[in-house]
Amino acid sequence: MSTYYASLLAESGILLLGALSVYIILATGQLSLGNGAFMGIGAYLSSYLTVALNVPLTLALVISAIAAGIIGAIVAFPALRLKGIYLAMATVGFGEMVRSFFLNFDTMGGSGGYRGMQHISVGYVWLWAGGILIAVMLLERSRVWLEMQAVHDDETAAGLIGLNTVVTKISAFAAGAAVAAISGGLFAHHNVYIEPANFGFERSVDFVLAVILGGSTVAPGSLVGSLLLVFLPEFLRPIADWRLAAFGSLLVLVLLVRRQGILDRSLIRMLTFRRAAA
Amino acid sequence: MLIQQLVNGLTLGAVYTLLALSFSLVMGILGILNLAIAELFMIGGYLGFTLIQAGFPLPVAVLAGMTGAAVIAIVIEKVGYQPLRDAPLVTPMLSTLGFSIILQNIATNIWGSDPLQLPIYGDQYTLGPVNIGEMQLLVLGATVVLVALVAYIVQKTPMGRALRAVAENREVARILGVSADRLTMLAFILSGSLAGVAGVLIALHYGAITPYLGVEIGLKAIAVMVIGGTRQIWGALVAGPLIGIAEVLTVAYGGSQVRDFVVYGFMILILLLRPQGLLGGARSDQGQRV
Repeated sequence: MSTYYASLLAESGILLLGALSVYIILATGQLSLGNGAFMGIGAYLSSYLTVALNVPLTLALVISAIAAGIIGAIVAFPALRLKGIYLAMATVGFGEMVRSFFLNFDTMGGSGGYRGMQHISVGYVWLWAGGILIAVMLLERSRVWLEMQAVHDDETAAGLIGLNTVVTKISAFAAGAAVAAISGGLFAHHNVYIEPANFGFERSVDFVLAVILGGSTVAPGSLVGSLLLVFLPEFLRPIADWRLAAFGSLLVLVLLVRRQGILDRSLIRMLTFRRAAA
Repeated sequence: MLIQQLVNGLTLGAVYTLLALSFSLVMGILGILNLAIAELFMIGGYLGFTLIQAGFPLPVAVLAGMTGAAVIAIVIEKVGYQPLRDAPLVTPMLSTLGFSIILQNIATNIWGSDPLQLPIYGDQYTLGPVNIGEMQLLVLGATVVLVALVAYIVQKTPMGRALRAVAENREVARILGVSADRLTMLAFILSGSLAGVAGVLIALHYGAITPYLGVEIGLKAIAVMVIGGTRQIWGALVAGPLIGIAEVLTVAYGGSQVRDFVVYGFMILILLLRPQGLLGGARSDQGQRV
């Protein structure tokens, strides 16, 4: 495998984690367009830990994930008063504020960026990405996930049958933030250079795109989406300048003909030759 | 110096107002965020820019920017919104995102990714300590006129009443004989034309344009829409200049990099403390109105 494809593969693993972070939050019916910010928090914090304090990488990632999870919960608490598009806008605002904060954070380079991280291999990236994907798939079989789905389908009804919808939503937000932070930590140590522009609005949109394109009702959908998002532009090389237009058209097309995304439950069943549940 | 900053802030704010109004026309009636408006603004700007370069007079350029953006808005409504009307709100928002990716790519391919430059349009006047360009006055004047026009259309004409009825309750409006589909299209056309005009004006005011103009100003305009309240047309007229001035003042006295922090922080505060926006009325009921 050439270094080039190895780095694309690592990139898709990092994107997978970002997509999963959106997927977990989306499972409770909330759209976050600010997960790039949590990714940034994870990237900066883990880099600081490994470079300045010589903390081993895995431990640094865990610490950043916990820190981002706490920040996520703090942010989620007031934000959850908002619904739908308004929540999405608040998360956009949060994302821009965090990016702006890192731009002014001179201790870690400000707009000049931060470097000095040890490079990590593709294997390490996918160990995390695969591990968390499996964890989310296991979570999907649990009671907690059913509660999340209940909040997603009808929050009022979920509250009426005695579910604590606030706790469910905040936990989802915190978990999403933690996963995004790991994605950021891996990104920082794979690219060995980070700057605030890496974690802006476009990054958050990429996460959402990977989820929606790949399939927003099943976790492996995020895998399909992130592989597609990273590798499709490679296949579109021949049309060079029009790559993005082709990509945009594909996005509209997928939404028109298959709004649940490429992968859904029935397709998984078909692919694994399992009979549809009656 | 301070007065000069205020004038510059007002001009910037005027553009935010126009674009925020453009977002809120669709948001208020359909409850969806048409992200492609940011790119309609940019395309409108390029169309106007190209015509001015070719020697056409300003009104022709403005009209071209407006028509071009409105035509694209029609396409977006037909292809990207109408078939997805019954999907969750996120889905049409993402399809408009698809369109904005396409439009940005088209603009990059036609006009290149480097900024196009044009000498500042019109004369410069000096009033005591303040320098003000003809274009700046035009931006301010056009904003006031256009906001008043939209307010008139929405509040006083039968068409506007129908729009508000659809915003209030689509099904009931249809039962009462309002063609909801036609009005949806109308909302897209109105909002597209506004974005197009705003694009031409800002491009000529700055004397420069890039394909990335839309993203930068578009996100801010969404913040302005939220701050002003999606239900009140006058909200954008208050919030636009407010944000414009706040932005220019932070750049002048606090450094350019805290600018976004201030703007979005203010938006989040408004969302939390007064979700209906500055002028959004006393209480927040479910449906959003124009």
